[in-house]
Amino acid sequence: MGEMQELSTFWFVTVAAVKVVAVFTVVMGVVAYMTLAERRVSAFIQDRLGPNRVGPFGLLQPIADGIKNIIKEETMPGTAAKFYFVLGPALAIMPAVVTIAVIPFAAPLPTPVGTVDMVVADVPIGILYILALSSLAVYGIVLSGWASNNKYAFLGGLRASAQMISYEVALGLSVIAVLLLVGNVTLTETVWKQQQLGMWFVFPLSLAFVFFLISALAETNRLPFDMPEAESELITGYHTEYSAMKFSMFFIAEYAHVVTASALLATLFFGGWDIPFWTGDDMFRHESGWIRGFDEAGAPIPATPSVLITLLTLGAFCAKTGFFLLLYIWIRWTLPRFRYDQVMHLGWKVLLPGALGYVMLVAGTMLVLDQLEVPFGPVYGGVLTAVSGVTTLAFLLFVDRDRVIAGAHRKRNLARRRAGLPAEAGDPAVSS
Amino acid sequence: MTEILFVLFAVVATGGAIGVVTGRSPVASLLFMVATLASLAGIFVLFEAHFLAAIQVLVYAGAIMVLFLFVIMLLNLGHDYRADLKFGAWFLLSLVVVGLTAGVLVQGLTGTDEAGPRGDGAAVAAALDAAVAEKGAVGVIADPLFTDYVVAFELMGLLLLVAIVAAVVLAKPRNPEAGE
Repeated sequence: MGEMQELSTFWFVTVAAVKVVAVFTVVMGVVAYMTLAERRVSAFIQDRLGPNRVGPFGLLQPIADGIKNIIKEETMPGTAAKFYFVLGPALAIMPAVVTIAVIPFAAPLPTPVGTVDMVVADVPIGILYILALSSLAVYGIVLSGWASNNKYAFLGGLRASAQMISYEVALGLSVIAVLLLVGNVTLTETVWKQQQLGMWFVFPLSLAFVFFLISALAETNRLPFDMPEAESELITGYHTEYSAMKFSMFFIAEYAHVVTASALLATLFFGGWDIPFWTGDDMFRHESGWIRGFDEAGAPIPATPSVLITLLTLGAFCAKTGFFLLLYIWIRWTLPRFRYDQVMHLGWKVLLPGALGYVMLVAGTMLVLDQLEVPFGPVYGGVLTAVSGVTTLAFLLFVDRDRVIAGAHRKRNLARRRAGLPAEAGDPAVSS
Repeated sequence: MTEILFVLFAVVATGGAIGVVTGRSPVASLLFMVATLASLAGIFVLFEAHFLAAIQVLVYAGAIMVLFLFVIMLLNLGHDYRADLKFGAWFLLSLVVVGLTAGVLVQGLTGTDEAGPRGDGAAVAAALDAAVAEKGAVGVIADPLFTDYVVAFELMGLLLLVAIVAAVVLAKPRNPEAGE
């Protein structure tokens, strides 16, 4: 029943090719419609209509944009370093479209030729593959900024590299908390452990989730972290000199990063394709078959992959990823841009030591729980949830103490108070 | 298939390495270096050393080389210079050294060494597979690193710390008043 039917080499290659094409097509489709969603949602937030002329509800707008971008004239600045100028967009888009390959998007699918993993490549290094390849994304941005031979583009490129290096550290450290709880780096096992724990990692590792969300926003160069582009200071930063399809490639790369980050957030902290409050979809490759869990005696309970479960879990994964895509847009149109020194301060002086301390806290709590021989289950998760909840609350209070992210009038009034002057009128801290 | 990929990666790695020293623009040299590092990561994957490959890309290509690029751009070194390569006595000497190293490598790799760990490739591969299945791709490296070699590992960390302190001391202006 739970016996695994391995794919033959021929079918393995065929299925892998189908998965690659399918996932790539879906990601590109989502990217195209993300541009439309961004414009429609921002319009909704700003009480406008947004593009609604091309096709019903503006649904054909991305296609019109694509055609426009392909037939537009490509400009080549006379003073640019031509080779690197062309290489830049290619280097930017390459890591963006391959990182999604290791994210499992549904429960295994039974087919007549064998059970198929619903992940393009379940590589043994899992999350490290994503971190490694997304760390290469900075080359495209930096090179195109430098090759443009334009001071604004150059500054944008330098800012991008500084920011991405800074936040990579915090991103990696927040992932370590997840890895500690999973005990491995593969994303299939991350999903499985969340099913075993009986709760999604967003609860026992709430602070890691906060850190990861902030770092992921910074890594994708989205508002409030879009310092590399900062229109009001740098025109549009590193892609100032780019036009037509080359510009479009930066755009596609950015949205593909957003899609990957959303899928990763869903997988690491929200159970991936797991359907909440239902153990029927739990499934993991264990020795020779698919199992759903272990019974009291520790013997594996076999699981039965079915098409229905695959479809349902695919739906759950899409819903979670879609939520984070929406959250990305929502944040962009809600928060103002940081100042550059604030970005660096937050990255190095708040997130880095915070994530480091949190890793120690999670490891310490897990050590105590393991010493007390608490089984990996609801109690284990509950204790971690309590510890993390207190820490997260403390962190949020710390961040909101009017120093890291302060309103300008508040700082001015603090300075006035120190100088012995009365506060300005309208200061909520004084008038209340 | 593995052989074809190995040759491909090896050619790119060697070609990249030659490009690093012959490239006229520092940026070109740097990109050749990245290509070399990426190809080495590919070779690691062929050897089933997935974790090493990931770290190779993550640390060297993704972090250290980006910092190099950063410095090249900040110092505005990105433009073409005359090649530093000179064909003098030092060049001949380095050729001799490279030849000797290659000779030692060929000797070591082709020599019959039955007692060594590489005596039976299939057995080593099987043992590695079993270890990966038990501990995961990271555990295979992390386990010995934090048990058998933990002292050496910590000393390496200390060495790096000393290097950082030394770099800070070197970079600081000697005379505080003159520094302003």
